[in-house]
Amino acid sequence: MAKLFAVTIFVIAILSAIPILRHTWVAPEDISTHGALIDEQMSETMAEAGISFLVAQFVLGFFIWKFSDRPADAKITKFPGGAKGLVIAAILVVGIEVMALGIFGVKAWANVYLTPPGPDAMPVQVQAGQFAFYFRYPGPDKKFGGIHPEMINEGTQNTFGLDPEHDVDARDDIVAAEMAIPVNKEIHLLMHAKDVGHSFYVRELRVQQDFVPGLDVTLHFTATKVGKYEIVCTQLCGLGHYNMKAYLEVMSQPDFDAWLKQQAGQ
Amino acid sequence: MRTKKTLLVFSTLLMSSSLMFAGSVTGKVTYTGTPAKQKPIDMSKEPSCAKQHATQITGETVVTGANNALENVVVYVSAGANDEGKVPSQSVAYDQKGCQYVPHVLPMHTGQELKISNDDQTSHNIHPLAKVNQEWNKSQPPGTPPITQKYEKEEFISVKCNIHPWMHGYFVVLKTNHYDVSKGGGEFKLPDLPPGKYTLTAWHEDYGTQTAEVTITGNESKDVNFTFKAKAY
Amino acid sequence: MHDTSVHAAAHHGPPTTFIRKHVFSLDHKVIGKQYYALALVAAYIGMFLSWLMRIHLAWTNAAIPGLQLLSQSGAPGGVMTPEYYLQLMTMHGTIMVFFVLTTAPFAAFGNYFLPIQVGAEDMPFPHFNMMSFWVTFTAFLFLMASFFVGDGPTLGGWTQYAPLNAVGSVAGPGQGSGVVLWAISIGLFCVGQLLGALNFITTTLDLRVKGMSLMRLPLSAWAWFITSCMGLTAFAVLMPACILLILDHVAGTSFFVPSGTVMNDQILPHSGGSTLLWQHLFWFFGHPEVYIAIVPGLGIVSHVLIANMRRQMLSQRVLIYSMGALAILSYMVYGHHMFVSGMNPFSSLAFSFPTLVITIPSTIVVLIWTFSLYGSRLRINSASLFALGFISMFVSGGVSGFFLAQPSIDIMLHATYFVVGHFHLVMGVAAMFGIYAGTYFWFPKMAGRMMNETLGKIHFWLSFVGAYCVFMPFHYLGMAGNIRRYSSFVDDFMQPLIPVHRFITVAALITGFAQLIFLYNLIYSRFRGPIASQNPWEATSLEWSTPTPVPWNNFDKHPIVYHDPYQYGVKSSVGDYVMQTSPEQVETEHDEK
Repeated sequence: MAKLFAVTIFVIAILSAIPILRHTWVAPEDISTHGALIDEQMSETMAEAGISFLVAQFVLGFFIWKFSDRPADAKITKFPGGAKGLVIAAILVVGIEVMALGIFGVKAWANVYLTPPGPDAMPVQVQAGQFAFYFRYPGPDKKFGGIHPEMINEGTQNTFGLDPEHDVDARDDIVAAEMAIPVNKEIHLLMHAKDVGHSFYVRELRVQQDFVPGLDVTLHFTATKVGKYEIVCTQLCGLGHYNMKAYLEVMSQPDFDAWLKQQAGQ
Repeated sequence: MRTKKTLLVFSTLLMSSSLMFAGSVTGKVTYTGTPAKQKPIDMSKEPSCAKQHATQITGETVVTGANNALENVVVYVSAGANDEGKVPSQSVAYDQKGCQYVPHVLPMHTGQELKISNDDQTSHNIHPLAKVNQEWNKSQPPGTPPITQKYEKEEFISVKCNIHPWMHGYFVVLKTNHYDVSKGGGEFKLPDLPPGKYTLTAWHEDYGTQTAEVTITGNESKDVNFTFKAKAY
Repeated sequence: MHDTSVHAAAHHGPPTTFIRKHVFSLDHKVIGKQYYALALVAAYIGMFLSWLMRIHLAWTNAAIPGLQLLSQSGAPGGVMTPEYYLQLMTMHGTIMVFFVLTTAPFAAFGNYFLPIQVGAEDMPFPHFNMMSFWVTFTAFLFLMASFFVGDGPTLGGWTQYAPLNAVGSVAGPGQGSGVVLWAISIGLFCVGQLLGALNFITTTLDLRVKGMSLMRLPLSAWAWFITSCMGLTAFAVLMPACILLILDHVAGTSFFVPSGTVMNDQILPHSGGSTLLWQHLFWFFGHPEVYIAIVPGLGIVSHVLIANMRRQMLSQRVLIYSMGALAILSYMVYGHHMFVSGMNPFSSLAFSFPTLVITIPSTIVVLIWTFSLYGSRLRINSASLFALGFISMFVSGGVSGFFLAQPSIDIMLHATYFVVGHFHLVMGVAAMFGIYAGTYFWFPKMAGRMMNETLGKIHFWLSFVGAYCVFMPFHYLGMAGNIRRYSSFVDDFMQPLIPVHRFITVAALITGFAQLIFLYNLIYSRFRGPIASQNPWEATSLEWSTPTPVPWNNFDKHPIVYHDPYQYGVKSSVGDYVMQTSPEQVETEHDEK
């Protein structure tokens, strides 16, 4: 029974590692300027965690195999070095390893969160509400009209609560249900929650950030590859959470200008 | 017993006679000014619905026709009808098709059965934002039986789908069976009006209400038109 | 040490009536069994909910026959609506975390065995102890009641984030009365656990018998003691948070709801609240809570393993210090649940490092266990299999913590199935394995009968392999970006992952079936199992030196403790061990101090 158990542990450990080694299920290719560091951090962590996992499972299985069901007179022996050796090993090997990961990871984090957006980053506002994202571009006047929560009306598609009748800035604002951005241009995303907590997650862009009701959060990133990607909500926001999504279209600059023009005409 | 029977015969006679002399009101709903442009609806997040529409779908808050015709206006008898409580046994139907509500505006009598069905391949949520009546909020996965509901009090109830935020419609719960919704040419018809003095109300979800007085004296058809002022924004 | 157990006896005499004996009992053993029964009922309800969820995730629009009987609006024609899925999910999480993982290893086993292991006749405040159970039971009733009121239980997840769960039914089905019942339930639960923790701490500190120094306490007793210290502080934070949440609902306050919140095109009448406040309060409780769920498991597994390895751990002290370090660190790391929540990004870094430090005590514990196996005489039985399985699961669930402790990686993995896999393995399955190890080990003492070993082993094999089949693939799903708390997978990139979900569902149904074998074994053995001897495992701690069934005051006469808790691998008159209460002097193999 013990040997079977040991073998089961070996098999499970190996089977668990196979999809990782074969990259069966992985995040899609990175299309951001900051994502490379995150990916690197991820694969280093995977190596360390993977090795720790395999070693721990194999040693456990091996000891179970070796030391179970021994005769009653078999001598109880102590692992050489005892607890002291293990504690030192834990602190030196695992502790330092993991702390090193943490320290290197600071840079990947700082890239996204601790650096301000560049001065000519393009502002795009995203509003999350139950259960859709809407995107707003400031239009030719480069100014966003004010948000009037009392004017929000989904029936008339005034999703941001704009007041074009009285607010000149709002008249040329462009509102869309999909997010189009030019490639290789830094985007300064202004995140506004209409009702409850939501989150903005694009796997390819390596960004995930919660919307905080009552607190406008910003995020900045640059997409480097033209294509169509999915934006999903990752913060439980109610019954339609699963269906809260939008498309991100990364376009060439001329395509983007044309898109913006077409949206403005609607 | 006998008197009761006589009464019944008498009242039936009376009703049929009044039906014989029933008049009707017809008319047209139009607007003046320039209505705000209806925004296109982006259904790309629900492909099973998006592919049902060959042309670009827009919001249905203001639907207009040729010659300034205004659709989706509920014209009903708000005073003088006296048929409150005569609840039709037939139910009214509200469909969800291609991620739109069909019809966009659904009038019904208080207490009348309302059947809501889902013709789409996706889950819908029906959330009528009732304030006078009991509010409820239910989802309807594809292939499930219709949801049956009733509203007991008069109210204009905005209906939304919490899963597809662009889906929007109205339940109009009335104390009368004399109602109609203006069609593509803005036309409406209220038939079978017994002689009497009536107040007609025309209600539009964005432009508000208008009223008109009308007197029916016999087997006649009266013409009543409504004109709304369009909002530019 | 203090011989104060006499005082405990002064609190209550032997029970005389049926109600006093079995219902409103003051006896810590009966209360322990009541907690166990509550956890058992809760666990099977929770498991049943998870089956429904899994079936729905794998075959989204399929009708589950009969489900409409549970909720007509939640499952019209047997097809689950999105909100009903979330409601079941919320109830699954709440039931499992609070009413199973907290009650079974801590309140159930702790109540039964902590006083015995320290040599006391009962807890110092038996009335508080009785209240602790009945308050917890009432809390459970409140939670269950939410299935039957209004439009069902809350759908907001076991974390009940505001403002989704603070503004009432405008936010969705179940968000009115469902949330209020949830908050009342959890608030009451906190009261119950606070009363329990108070008793546990005092029992450990004040009621130890003569000779029972702190270092002579078994590791299980240490684990319960450390857990109760965490419980005392963590539940004390959650309870007021629940009260504030209830006030937001019923009194129109705005602790957690900011101004300008628009729902259904209407501005809500709230202003000035903070949504992050709830997250801070909740996770300040929430992270210690997951340690409350797992630390008793560490103690129980150590206790079970030692008896089956026939040796001491390489170091008792290091294990105790490690558990203590975990407890202290658990308060310093809660922010790792909030890396992308919008709190100051510097805070994320500040919370990241203590989280990574947790790796060290956890690794030490695992290394001590594993390397204590070296040179042991390991006995394989249902209890030790589950204890060994616990180590394997704890490692598997633990290494994924390397990822989630780093904010930069959390950008990719937060709110994905990777997190679901992580916490299910490390605090769900591992803690359950701890409960099973404890059950197979202590059942002879608690029920006076032996459990069936064959069924126990079948239960183990199906559970061990099954749990890996269910929870390992969750990590892969998460790496591919599959988001958790989705009632169905409509996004393009999630379509290829649905077959993985089907595999998981099948595995979950089989694993769940294995738990029915356990239930059968438990009930059958309770009435028909062979009569257990006083010390069937040849173990050393105090619970094995008292007769089976255990008398109402635990000990026929006050025990005196002469030894460290785990004197195995020695030569004594009874075999290769010497009981803690035996005055016999033996050649001991001392561990490193």
